[in-house]
Amino acid sequence: MSTSITAKQFKTAFFSALLVLAVAYPILGLKLNIVGIKLEVHGASDPILWTIFACAIGMFFWQLFRSQLGDAWNAVPKVPGVPSSASNFLTLPSTQRWFVLALVVVALVWPFFGSRGAVDIATLILIYVMLGLGLNIVVGLAGLLDLGYVGFYAVGAYSYALLSHYYGFGFWLCLPIAGLMAALFGFLLGFPVLRLRGDYLAIVTLGFGEIIRILLRNLTGLTGGPNGISNIEKPTLFGLSFERKAAEGLQTFHEYFGIAYNSIYKVIFLYLVALLLVLLALFVINRLLRMPIGRAWEALREDEIACRALGMNPTVIKLSAFTLGACFAGFAGSFFAARQGLITPESFTFLESATILAIVVLGGLGSQLGVILAAIVMILLPELMRNFSEYRMLLFGALMVFMMIWRPQGFLPMQRPHLELKQ
Amino acid sequence: MSRPILEVSGLCMRFGGLLAVNGVGLTVQEKQVVSMIGPNGAGKTTVFNCLTGFYKPTSGTVLLDGEAIQGLAGHEIARKGVVRTFQNVRLFKDMTAIENLLIAQHRHINTNFLAGLFKTPAFRKSEREAMEFAAHWLEKVNLTNVANRPAGTLAYGQQRRLEIARCMMTRPRLLMLDEPAAGLNPNETEELKKLIGVLRDEYNVTVLLIEHDMKLVMSISDHIVVINQGTPLADGTPEQIRDNPDVIKAYLGEA
Repeated sequence: MSTSITAKQFKTAFFSALLVLAVAYPILGLKLNIVGIKLEVHGASDPILWTIFACAIGMFFWQLFRSQLGDAWNAVPKVPGVPSSASNFLTLPSTQRWFVLALVVVALVWPFFGSRGAVDIATLILIYVMLGLGLNIVVGLAGLLDLGYVGFYAVGAYSYALLSHYYGFGFWLCLPIAGLMAALFGFLLGFPVLRLRGDYLAIVTLGFGEIIRILLRNLTGLTGGPNGISNIEKPTLFGLSFERKAAEGLQTFHEYFGIAYNSIYKVIFLYLVALLLVLLALFVINRLLRMPIGRAWEALREDEIACRALGMNPTVIKLSAFTLGACFAGFAGSFFAARQGLITPESFTFLESATILAIVVLGGLGSQLGVILAAIVMILLPELMRNFSEYRMLLFGALMVFMMIWRPQGFLPMQRPHLELKQ
Repeated sequence: MSRPILEVSGLCMRFGGLLAVNGVGLTVQEKQVVSMIGPNGAGKTTVFNCLTGFYKPTSGTVLLDGEAIQGLAGHEIARKGVVRTFQNVRLFKDMTAIENLLIAQHRHINTNFLAGLFKTPAFRKSEREAMEFAAHWLEKVNLTNVANRPAGTLAYGQQRRLEIARCMMTRPRLLMLDEPAAGLNPNETEELKKLIGVLRDEYNVTVLLIEHDMKLVMSISDHIVVINQGTPLADGTPEQIRDNPDVIKAYLGEA
């Protein structure tokens, strides 16, 4: 708690300031201009140079008086944080269930009042909610870090796209097929890799995700290569199409009900289909948590050796989590293909896997409400910040760092629903 | 004369240049309590790990009811009715006591995916029965009052008893306890002794245990196997072992 400034502090401050100059001047203070075919280096405008200089000075004084400032900061009475009882209440499974129900009611009603663009973005959010919920099974419940989740998403999307393209199958028939195909891939890929643990598993799944994407890009004859597959059919409502003109043998929605054609019907319908799929996922996961297999996943995450000693086969249990997670990705994938109408391998890059994983981790491992909120934040923020798209990744990184410091357990982690012995 | 449930002969386990277990043999008769004793580092736990499939023995045979089980995976051996506890308790710490017992019944309850999804009557019945069986054993080991507490928050002695109850959930025939009395106070050790007696007499379970508490070992064992530096040293009834000069030397050193 000394108030005098030592030589060491002075030195630190001086070098910190120098570092600010050394980093900021080349990056912000120099400008490259193209003159003809040559690049020329120019100095930046005076205000920028002055700003850099001011930052360096600021850094110098900040470092010099840091400990004193820290003491002063600690002396300021703290704003009380979230009280622990409230935090406990918010993480209870029963509380979160009511929140989810309220969200579902809102989600059911609002598209009829929202704008077309908003409903469209909401549909995208729902796709990510579905992906997040599926990955949550693998990462949150079974504790297997899967970095190639997007591969199964791609398998689902391409299953529908190919079946529709080559055989003209409809969406509702292909939806379960896509889920089963993705599950099959999950099973086949999981079989060799699930004997690996932790980091090794993450790396291998990362590789598999990339293999699927590269395969899709290079099987030009079948998948159309980098051009992908276009003109994928949209879902129908019991055979009623939402297009302006129905294909042969189909009736359109507006003709059947005798109303004027409006393209928003299609958007709302797609939104409702996505909502239906999300509700299905929520239902299944909610049941899984209270089923023997869900308990086994959590037990395996806690202590694999104890599980083996009790006669449980770790590989089979892990495989079931992996397969089921992949199945949800397949559903999401086929819906994605139907909504976009065009898919290319570039929709399924590693960045997608990272985004989905970020949704799960931001939301709080194992928490469904958390995944929903995180998906809204992760998809809505970039949409709202289209004007600042250059800084999107910067803000994304800042959000991650902020979360790590402030809530390493995620927005809204959920306590496990404990089974109770009634006495 | 009862028949042998477990026959081990010539068991060896080599880790690189170290021969941790060298030619251990033992026979456990049905409904016996057999203890394995020996100084620290003698290789007792390694023998346990070989028998329960956590290590693959380098050589030797392990017969369970006449069937060779050496080299099988841990969960396969457990399914044949050989279940163990661990030296440092391995409970699912974040789960409640009752949940620990339900997980152990995984193979005995209805794990059908659709049945669970739609809560069919068969599924409810199987869950209810699992719950009742778990509650029955919680009462047996005197843990009913802490049934809904996370296992990690229980007292050490309670955790030990819960681990034994968890083993019983799998309907074992041979229960292997690795130092069950370690860290227990004299009262708790006495309770443990009673519990092992109940397991044998009422539930027809054969018990093989590793233990350092000589008072406990001498009072409950039908048969004792002594291991020293990975090799079998002696084998006999508690009286024979107590008077065996080699055993005394191994424990107390050269006089």
